[in-house]
Amino acid sequence: MSREPSSETSAAVVASREGATPMQRDAAVTIFEKGAPGRRAFDCPAPGVPERDPLELLPASLRRGEPARLPEVSEPELVRHYVRLSRRNFDLDSGFYPLGSCTMKHNPRLHERVAALPGHARLHPLQDPGRAQGALELMWGLERALGEIAGLPYVSLQPAAGSQGELAGVLLTRAYHEAQGSRRTKVLTPDSAHGTNPATVTMAGYEVVKVATNADGGVDIDDLRAKVDEQVACLMLTNPNTLGIFDPAIEQIAALVHEVGATLYYDGANLNAIMGKTRPGDMGFDIVHFNLHKSFTQPHGGGGPGAGPIAVSERIEPFLPAPVITRSETADGPRFDLDHDRPRSIGRLRGFQGNYGVFVRSYAYIRSLGAEGLREASEIAVLNANYLLARLRELCGDDLPLAFGERCMHEFVLSATPLKRETGVRTLDIAKRLLDHGFHPPTVYFPLLVDEALLIEPTETETRETLDEFAQALAAIVGEAREDPQVAQSAPYTTPVRRLDEAAAAKRPVIRQAL
Amino acid sequence: MADASYPDNLKYHPEHDWALIDGDVATFGVTWYAQDALGEVVFFDPPEVGTTVTAGEPYTEVESVKAVSEVVAPLSGEIVEVNAALGDAPEAINDDPYGEGWMVKVRLSDSSEVGALIDAAAYEAMLA
Repeated sequence: MSREPSSETSAAVVASREGATPMQRDAAVTIFEKGAPGRRAFDCPAPGVPERDPLELLPASLRRGEPARLPEVSEPELVRHYVRLSRRNFDLDSGFYPLGSCTMKHNPRLHERVAALPGHARLHPLQDPGRAQGALELMWGLERALGEIAGLPYVSLQPAAGSQGELAGVLLTRAYHEAQGSRRTKVLTPDSAHGTNPATVTMAGYEVVKVATNADGGVDIDDLRAKVDEQVACLMLTNPNTLGIFDPAIEQIAALVHEVGATLYYDGANLNAIMGKTRPGDMGFDIVHFNLHKSFTQPHGGGGPGAGPIAVSERIEPFLPAPVITRSETADGPRFDLDHDRPRSIGRLRGFQGNYGVFVRSYAYIRSLGAEGLREASEIAVLNANYLLARLRELCGDDLPLAFGERCMHEFVLSATPLKRETGVRTLDIAKRLLDHGFHPPTVYFPLLVDEALLIEPTETETRETLDEFAQALAAIVGEAREDPQVAQSAPYTTPVRRLDEAAAAKRPVIRQAL
Repeated sequence: MADASYPDNLKYHPEHDWALIDGDVATFGVTWYAQDALGEVVFFDPPEVGTTVTAGEPYTEVESVKAVSEVVAPLSGEIVEVNAALGDAPEAINDDPYGEGWMVKVRLSDSSEVGALIDAAAYEAMLA
């Protein structure tokens, strides 16, 4: 898979640039452009009841002027079309995907089997709680487990994504301060924060104030002290942060924030580094959101369905989204219910009870591993990251140095600035060239405070051989850059589409397909 | 713009902005280093004429294929002219950062601030 740099390599690559691969030649054809009039994948059996003319049943105002132009294809055409599309994608099931801060770990297949059980998959969201006791018990159990992992006992599963979990957290902060009779205007975020943090703050009606990072990659305490005052509603923090560094001053940070009456919010993006080792609640955080698709193996997928549960401390609990799941003892055993009578709640954030299938998978994961297993998962995630970091420092440490610190937690940030200065090959070129080696690139150009950043998170589910191959591929790309920078600058060569014009895509996006 | 350049007739702010000073009016833009770090610029948010800007504080935003970034004012004053052409052609910030890529002209409120800016040699030394 890895490629030794040589002048022959460059020649071969230049040659392959001339002729496109079959996949590249196969221009993007939509399902609407396939098939032929009258072709069918399926014939409905004759109905056993008298037929009625739809024109009699539908009032004229609801009828189309002409029939919709739906695809008319055979079943093999249909299957091949979607299988072909799926192969044009790079996914976790086809290769290593070290996308930093995204925790692209393997999703165990057992979870799919459990989630597909009819009792889970076919349960109607409006089912009466009395007839959905199993589902409510599972959700109640997931809440308790997440509460234990966070060290904060009160959980809502309702938010539909990490970003909505963040918004819920900041709205809870607002509700909490308003209940104290206090109006605050600002929320602090470090300059290494995820972009969603300032976006959430703005959406919740607060002003974002950035806190600087110190030389070790942690929060600059002097800058925090200068900015934290009675106008600050909350500090949003990820620990370990986006540099993959655990902030050892977290207790001091918590004390400074609590002194002015503000809340401390934990962005759970990097929870995979600390499960069973330490808990946000014990560090002094008031609110945590979880990304079930990161640490808890819900498959990452095209924007949804997702789940971003939140866990909170006692002082925040009255404001949690409604309804909440309750458990009571009866003569027949425990009974689970939905409590809508929550007068101080911030209200409902989502229809029904959230994305239930996601809860089933994450609950299956937590129960399969248990407390010991989760701790071990975090330990191996950190070990894998440090192993890969050590290999890369050995192979290309001068060209791609570590941006901060000496070691890391579950992820680390390299900077391609030295390589760019010497060869003109930049992070984007490295990322594109990695695709030719069969690897998904890491997160690039983030966090923003590192120039030419490569944010690498291998996760605990990768083998040592994979980590070695990835390190060798990066070293090969660096070696190749020294011989002929053009090779990386024109990559990729083997993917379904070549280098895209990102500026044109942003300025003149094609958002409609002509039919 | 292929190669790095830092013209000697400009004054520089460490946040990668330049100022061309002409009496009490200065033209602002971002440096070659800034446009190179940003990558291809796809959107420029033009501030309004008449807006007051403060040295060291952001006065507008540019969006590149990588991120949205704030542009910091090297000096304080009131915006008297905005480069409206950047609305349709923000790529001028990449292609010609010291010419067609200029962003605003500002009537300076405190000319003594100019002393705090650095010259091309000092700015290049800072980048090294």
